[in-house]
Amino acid sequence: MKRRNFVKKTTLGSLAGILGMDIVYGSKIPENYTLLGFQDPDPFQLFNKDKEMVVLNSKPWNMEAVAHLLDDKVTPNKYMFVRNNGLVPENINSKEWTLTIDGESVKEEKTFTLEELKSKFEHHTYQLTVECGGNGRSEFDPPAKGNQWTIGAVACATWTGVRLKDVLKEAGIKDDAVYIGYHAVDQHLSRDPSKKPISRGVPMSKALQDETLLAFKMNGEDIPLVHGYPLRLVCGGWPASTSGKWVNRISIRNIVHDGEKMTGTSYKVPCHPVAPGEKVKEEDMCIIESMPVKSLITYPKSGAILPSGKKLNIRGHAWAGELNVSKVSYSIDFGATWSDCVLEKPVNRLAWQHFKASISFPKTGYYEVWARATDSNGVSQPMLLPGWNPKGYLNNACHRIAVKVA
Amino acid sequence: MDKKDNFRKQVRSFYSVLLTSFIMVMLIGILGVTYMINPSAFSFKENGPSSEMVSKNAEDEDWDKIENGIHLRTGLKDADGLMAVVNNCTNCHSAKLVMQNRMNEERWVETIRWMQETQNLWDLGENEKVIVDYLVTNYPPKSKGRREALTNIEWYPLEDK
Repeated sequence: MKRRNFVKKTTLGSLAGILGMDIVYGSKIPENYTLLGFQDPDPFQLFNKDKEMVVLNSKPWNMEAVAHLLDDKVTPNKYMFVRNNGLVPENINSKEWTLTIDGESVKEEKTFTLEELKSKFEHHTYQLTVECGGNGRSEFDPPAKGNQWTIGAVACATWTGVRLKDVLKEAGIKDDAVYIGYHAVDQHLSRDPSKKPISRGVPMSKALQDETLLAFKMNGEDIPLVHGYPLRLVCGGWPASTSGKWVNRISIRNIVHDGEKMTGTSYKVPCHPVAPGEKVKEEDMCIIESMPVKSLITYPKSGAILPSGKKLNIRGHAWAGELNVSKVSYSIDFGATWSDCVLEKPVNRLAWQHFKASISFPKTGYYEVWARATDSNGVSQPMLLPGWNPKGYLNNACHRIAVKVA
Repeated sequence: MDKKDNFRKQVRSFYSVLLTSFIMVMLIGILGVTYMINPSAFSFKENGPSSEMVSKNAEDEDWDKIENGIHLRTGLKDADGLMAVVNNCTNCHSAKLVMQNRMNEERWVETIRWMQETQNLWDLGENEKVIVDYLVTNYPPKSKGRREALTNIEWYPLEDK
């Protein structure tokens, strides 16, 4: 508050200074109003986020959850991470919103209004795991460039919309189609209109899945602005950057989509393993598709002290990109022994699964509870950092919490 | 002749002052009226160009205030090169992105080139060395190994749910 007042004062003062006169309507400026260029919005209020969420970056807005905030089976908006590459769009008019299907491999270019999309195609609702490709980046050594996400850039909300495949088929897909690419209305950080912050996509096989949605609702309500209002592509189980926000055009491509952040090294990992810190040529980098198996202990919050002889009930979620999770285990002795957790089936494909366990501790002291999930191909989370990669993607190392038995 | 010229000059300068003042008053008036009609017309930008204008105004000492070795407006450490970083590196993205990233000189230069080639960053000239020196001195890479120990644990008695 103090800072805002100060900012306002300096604005009035310096404007007056530059002009060499008083601001004519200065007295008309309302009490809480900050002049253009000096708004210092509270991101928690702006995006309806919980105060315990962590802001990584204010321009562009990037915010993540901490593990215990993700305890809900369906992630509510207030605990959902925010990832932006550009500026959140302003003045969206959903009544005039249109979606165009075009590209080299569309049979007939078509444009739908939002209302047409809603009335013409069947609605579907799925709970879909959306995780940032860079979730866990902060642990890589040598450090990787970008937002230093810890564990909280993942969420599993309920999304309602129409199937992308129904809409693509209405326009017609040529035989040579290989990829779709989304286009959206968000602005580049430099405000250069010729630049786009992000325009990514997925291969046709992913685009045509039942669960790949053009969503207009999140958790039963209009999608919050920062999460893509009024229309968002949702590709569960893949890097969240494929789930384009504020989408107004989808191109059916006869090549791998070459939009912003599809080329170069963005959202790519070395095609072959490399040593930490090794330089990798662009042509040796491969696009990330399905996210790897991972889990989070969401209860209790790390740092719990419990009395000797008392059991500790833990719970959390596990997910495995395109696959199911077949097993979640826990260890209280740094991986020397593992015990199975009770694991629920997903409510639908690509939704995270819930696990729980009741743990006894042999004696008083400091413990760490580690959780390890295994996917339906038998692949488990590593306890150490997985393979280093230049951009710090795909860290699915086991999550752990600290516990003291006193 | 001289007097006549002088008089003309005076008239001209008076006229130009008058004209400038008139334009200024009109401009402010228009802005004010626009604001009264539609207050939201002014609230769409977070960090418009006017922030630069003010940040360079020498009258506002507080704008670049430093407390306990920290530049309050950005959170950056006060050290040689601070203002070069503030003025060149916080226009497009916030300083938080700068502080989060720990890189050596070579990788910072690479990153600057990438920003220049793809993100509209300008030529930094002599400031480039100043900026890179500031970053590697004040935000050096930390070795983390394959897995760090848990730190900053906030201990609390567990009331079982």
